[in-house]
Amino acid sequence: MSAIQNTIRIDNQEIPFTPGQTIMDAALAAKVYIPHLCHYPGLPPSGNCRLCVVEIGNRSVAACTTPAAADQAICSNTPELNQARKALTQMLFVEGDHICPSCEKTGNCKLQAMAYYLGMLDDHFPQFYQRREIDASHPDILLDRKRCILCDLCVRASREVDGKNVFAIAGRGTQAHLIVNSPSGKLADSPLAKTDLATTICPVGAILIKQRGYQVPIGKRIYDQHTIRETTMQEHIPSCDKLKHKGHQDTER
Amino acid sequence: MTNSCQHNSFNLPQEHLLHRLHTLQREYLHISPQAMQQVAAEFNLPLSQVAGVVAFYSFFSTQPCGRFHILFSNCTSCGYLPDGQNLMQLLAQQLQVNPGKTRTDGLISIGETSCIGLCDQGASLLVNGIPLTHLNPDKIAQIAQQITANISTDEWPAEWFEIHDTIHQRNLLLTTAQPAPGSTLQQAITHGAAETLTTIQQSGLNGRGGAGFNTGKKWQLCREAPGDAHYVICNADEGEPGTFKDRVLLRHHAETLFEGMTLCAFVIGANKGLVYLRGEYRYLLSHLQAVLTQRRNRGLLGRHILNHADFHFDIDIVVGAGAYICGEESALIESLEGKSGIPRIRPPFPVTHGYLGQPTVVNNVETLIAAAHIVAYGSSWFNSVGTQKSRGTKILSVSGDCRLPGIYEYPFGVHIQQILDDCGAQKVQAVQIGGPAGKLIGAPDFNHTISFEDISTGGSFLIFGHQRDLLTVHRNFAHFFAHESCGFCTPCRIGTQLLKNNLDKIAEAHSTANDIETLKQLAFLIQHHSHCGLGHTAANHILDGLQHFPQVFTTHLNQNFVAQFDLDQALESARQITRRDDAAAHLD
Ligand SMILES: Cc1cc2nc3c(=O)[nH]c(=O)nc-3n(C[C@H](O)[C@H](O)[C@H](O)COP(=O)(O)O)c2cc1C
Ligand code: SF4
Ligand code: SF4
Repeated sequence: MSAIQNTIRIDNQEIPFTPGQTIMDAALAAKVYIPHLCHYPGLPPSGNCRLCVVEIGNRSVAACTTPAAADQAICSNTPELNQARKALTQMLFVEGDHICPSCEKTGNCKLQAMAYYLGMLDDHFPQFYQRREIDASHPDILLDRKRCILCDLCVRASREVDGKNVFAIAGRGTQAHLIVNSPSGKLADSPLAKTDLATTICPVGAILIKQRGYQVPIGKRIYDQHTIRETTMQEHIPSCDKLKHKGHQDTER
Repeated sequence: MTNSCQHNSFNLPQEHLLHRLHTLQREYLHISPQAMQQVAAEFNLPLSQVAGVVAFYSFFSTQPCGRFHILFSNCTSCGYLPDGQNLMQLLAQQLQVNPGKTRTDGLISIGETSCIGLCDQGASLLVNGIPLTHLNPDKIAQIAQQITANISTDEWPAEWFEIHDTIHQRNLLLTTAQPAPGSTLQQAITHGAAETLTTIQQSGLNGRGGAGFNTGKKWQLCREAPGDAHYVICNADEGEPGTFKDRVLLRHHAETLFEGMTLCAFVIGANKGLVYLRGEYRYLLSHLQAVLTQRRNRGLLGRHILNHADFHFDIDIVVGAGAYICGEESALIESLEGKSGIPRIRPPFPVTHGYLGQPTVVNNVETLIAAAHIVAYGSSWFNSVGTQKSRGTKILSVSGDCRLPGIYEYPFGVHIQQILDDCGAQKVQAVQIGGPAGKLIGAPDFNHTISFEDISTGGSFLIFGHQRDLLTVHRNFAHFFAHESCGFCTPCRIGTQLLKNNLDKIAEAHSTANDIETLKQLAFLIQHHSHCGLGHTAANHILDGLQHFPQVFTTHLNQNFVAQFDLDQALESARQITRRDDAAAHLD
């Protein structure tokens, strides 16, 4: 470990980083919040939700996939970028069917929490009303693709941590959808368990654990008590140090 | 990994996943879940990867296509809507089939596909993968007859399938004799790899595929990058609507292309090259294979090229399966690796981490051909032509509303007006340069030039005359991007769909001034927040249109609020289910 102090500046705040860290890694380590939905410390970054896009000069880059480099001057918490983040959140809302008042995830859902955080008051864009399949075949787990935001977290968690490779995203454009890696394409046929990280990491109500409805009453749920900004700082996959030793070459994207 | 690649080059290549799936698709007219399981087992891949690939590429289907499978191009130049006619609808009516649905007897299916690169050949289609050009209502009627009589395409009139390549303007690359096969390799061996690289660097050659990165620099970075193996890849995906110059180059100058790839291999130290050929150009495959075989027989490919002790190099061709995004170099590499074409996180760039994670040069067809010419005729022969920042010439694919569509090679710096004059375009309303991802300009800008410092293009030059409805053009482009977005990132996946819906709404006269604001907001978001070049450029045409032709968008606007939700239309599916169409099943 060299003693050279490398720093970047996020919104004029000086932040140290170690070579190999992304802007997001450095920000999280310094407890600086850059809104995001598809990133989870300990899993390889994906860069698909684009909420963490920040500006370096006139370049727009995703904080979760861009390496931190000495003396970067980064803008993140600006009205323009937060407006863009709100619009991206609205897009995710209209693409799926987010039935918040009747969703079991309500109050624990990151998409909803992000909407609160960014002051989103309406959908703004017209709804897509897409048809997407529900998979209720598994005894313990329900998959409702209409609430999936294609964040790829379950895919990475299953592959990298659970070692089961249960999920993948298939198809192009708005046809993109989550598929299950089993002969029938059904969850019942897969080795997914309700304790798997892939099951619990879903930020929205797309993967739900059955027989557990409303154990915590509405009003007492995570984002009824905290903002997403507060909870994000606590997130980390316990086994993540182990992960670092596994090669991630083919999961670069 | 490295060993198996060596193995691939010099022994029987292991079949590529896309090729295996293509064979299944052709034989069984679809790819069934059982077939996917079988392929997953054969290739030792997760089933989800095979299923993902089948779902990603347009030319694979999980539902059976017809024995005659027809795909009409929907490009503004070679598309099925010439002069206010709808040729796809015409054929569908005559064959009593709905586009997108296979006829119940399994004889025929009709669909549309993104530009098939036949923009200088009139309205065109692919029938079972073979191009059929110069369509008109008469020919459509004759095609319907052939299909109804179940006559195999082998027996259809040969002239229907003819493609006439017309080169109207020739300059450096198209007038000078093509270098004799092997001659530039001999020179490279004589002068050594370092000096050959210097020649390319001194020529000032920039990439011809769109981004314009300096070729000498790219080769140098790759040459210097450490790795177990180095690769050279030719990007022959040519997916930008309105571009067909690579098609012509592949047909007529494949020898020079392979020479250029081999030169690059010599410079960067590659043993293996790959051509990624778009699925729409599959009909060029046998010709390209024949040229490769010829070169192997002449000792210009394989082990000990030109008897050089350690110059071993061979080339494989991988054929795509219908996905514009696979022209983006990192998506292309994913596709070569048998995956869906999702662009990678960059950096690292392919020059250091490309195919199989190894240092890789990806160059356009025209770039590699230019490189061979430069080694043959010298860097000053090349860089004395063009402008300060754009050396040499550019080969343009000119199509749309003009008398002489075809191939035009000009020195960089040529004025737009000059091109319009040369191709006999009159009363031009607008030109789209660089395809839907490029730049839309009107008459006041025709004094601009084609160059990296002014208006740059990968080759597409689409001309729109005064009679064209530009809103239709914008809608066409917006549909293209929504269809081709890989779906990976939020702004592009959802935003291109919203742009498309918004333009459709304007065309249907359901919009108000507020929708124009939404257009601008969406365009900005997609441009700045997307993951890759597709998203970065997908809204260019709309921003250009709003700037240069605002009336195109505003003439259809309503002064008063209109609901975007058509209640009566929303009842349509209910009417279909209940089979009712009486007055009570409608609002008012
Ligand atoms: C969406 C998209 C599509 C592209 N399609 C092509 C293509 O069809 N052919 C091509 O040569 N380059 C294409 N490119 C550019 C390639 O990514 C890459 O820059 C190019 O192949 C490099 O070759 P060059 O340096 O010789 O131009 C595309 C880029 C994007 C973002
Ligand atoms: S199911 Fe949940 S975790 Fe998986 S991609 Fe969809 S939203 Fe993300
Ligand atoms: S910008 Fe579009 S094509 Fe590129 S990664 Fe995002 S969704 Fe895919």
